Amino acid sequence: MEKGGSKGKGENPEQCFDVPRALAERGITRRDFMKFCTAMSAALALPMTLVPRIAAALESDARPSIIWLEFQSCTGDTEALLRAANPTVGEIILDVLSIDYAETIMAAAGHQAEEARAKTVKESRGKYIAIVEGAVPMKDGGIYCCIGGRSALDIVREVCGGALATITVGTCASYGGIPAAAPNPTGAVGVKEAVPGATVINLPGCPVNTDNLVATVVHFLTFGKLPAVDGKGRPLFAYGKRIHDNCERRPHFDAGQYVESWGSEAHRSGHCLYKMGCKGPETFHNCPVQRYNEKTSWPVGSGHGCAGCSEPQFWDTMTPFYRRLPNVPGFGIETTADKIGTGLAVATAAAFAAHGVVSGFRHKDDESKDGKGGNQ
Amino acid sequence: MKQNQECLHETYVWEVPVRVTHWVNVLSIATLSVTGIFIGSPVTLGLTASAYVMGWIRFIHFVAGYLFAISVVSRIYWSFVSNRYAGWREFVPFLSAEGRRNMWRMFAYYTFMSRKVPHPIGHNALAGATYLLVFLLYLVMILTGFTLYSEHAPHGPLHALLGWMFAHFSNQGIRQTHHLIMWFLIGFAIHHIYSAWLMDVKERGGVISSIFGGYKPVQGRE
Repeated sequence: MEKGGSKGKGENPEQCFDVPRALAERGITRRDFMKFCTAMSAALALPMTLVPRIAAALESDARPSIIWLEFQSCTGDTEALLRAANPTVGEIILDVLSIDYAETIMAAAGHQAEEARAKTVKESRGKYIAIVEGAVPMKDGGIYCCIGGRSALDIVREVCGGALATITVGTCASYGGIPAAAPNPTGAVGVKEAVPGATVINLPGCPVNTDNLVATVVHFLTFGKLPAVDGKGRPLFAYGKRIHDNCERRPHFDAGQYVESWGSEAHRSGHCLYKMGCKGPETFHNCPVQRYNEKTSWPVGSGHGCAGCSEPQFWDTMTPFYRRLPNVPGFGIETTADKIGTGLAVATAAAFAAHGVVSGFRHKDDESKDGKGGNQ
Repeated sequence: MKQNQECLHETYVWEVPVRVTHWVNVLSIATLSVTGIFIGSPVTLGLTASAYVMGWIRFIHFVAGYLFAISVVSRIYWSFVSNRYAGWREFVPFLSAEGRRNMWRMFAYYTFMSRKVPHPIGHNALAGATYLLVFLLYLVMILTGFTLYSEHAPHGPLHALLGWMFAHFSNQGIRQTHHLIMWFLIGFAIHHIYSAWLMDVKERGGVISSIFGGYKPVQGRE
């Protein structure tokens, strides 16, 4: 998106930008472009027959305006997008969008920048797309995150409230993420919670997978609407399958081969990370298939269990990351449910054994009629 | 007892569905616990990547889970059509003054405060109330178990039926509950076997053999 600058903001980008030329300038052939369109149709689980339609949509002049907002975040999602080693077709597709406001990458600053945003919100009301990165603090009137003298809550209500649709990138914008972790001092929430009336599609992940963002945009450009979502507002094409079920280490899970310690022979042989606390069996994302950094790798592929970063409240509910089960409140930090349970079973057996010994020595039970209570 | 022996006659207490569901529960809980402990903290038993140790153990766990669920639901249904000894009223003794008195008598006997052995025909009142709690735990186990199981097909009918669980409880919380209740049920099983043994000795009413044969010797006609 640094291309946002290269295409020359302010000099009427409608006239100086078209996809075939941009592709040619970057040395991307028509063949590569069609391969990209095919890959997108696969990512979106669309039939091959729709590839020409995707290509036509991407080459058309339809250029929705984009406002990229950033609140309580580490800029990791922007980084994920910008740090691609080579200019990919996907980045150029994002160039298809007219990014009118994005603090990290825009040339304008200060009031000039704020004006650009206000202009888009006012002039393209109901037609622009908002992309939000980072959580929105709600506590104390939202004072914990202010930009240009306005609170994040105020800005997100105005921008997302007037947008055609909002795409949240990363877990913070989707569900509050790390800023919302207990005790959540700033009252951080995701966009849908901050602006319940907005049309929001969540692309959680830490960071968002750029491929999924591009695919969501391609879906929008091709069909004029957002893709189908699951109960957590995430597109099914990217979050419809469980990590565990597409994991390259899954055969070792089923076989019964587990990593017991880091750096062990089993770990180096690529065995299953289930016992090291991998949350793959309960998390939904296309990481094993789509991977990160131009399909180089993903956490489990590089030997670390899934932390569940794409699930709501992952920081509070998926920890400890290196254990299968959470700690039991009120017990020591190393105490698992199973340790407590074993203690419980042993204590029960001991108690009844003691009862049995006492009963064994009691011979003078009352056998009179009075003794025959019960519920007859 | 001796002088009354001639007055004893057989009473059919536990009907076939009661005994069948009891033993299916025993079998499935034992199977589910053993396989469940392995699933929760497995050891490397697979020698090669083409083994299927976890696969089979999970399969057994799921089959036993279905068996257990069917058994529990059948037993709940039976409590509405059965004889009085297995009926639903047996499990809520605390609703009547007499039931509360019986619960207290049993409690006093268990805790050595009284030497009077209660001689109920069916469940003793304290046991009846305990089974209500145990069946509630069964239902929580079935609910949490099938909810976790449904994740293998996130858009399937089972997930549609139980997906609401994830909206109210965290996934890890559901897992934690599933583990903890297993240990409560193991604790219950220890208590249950001990108490049956104790009462078999003290009541001399053949309570242990009654869950095999269904009959109990009872004094005087009902």
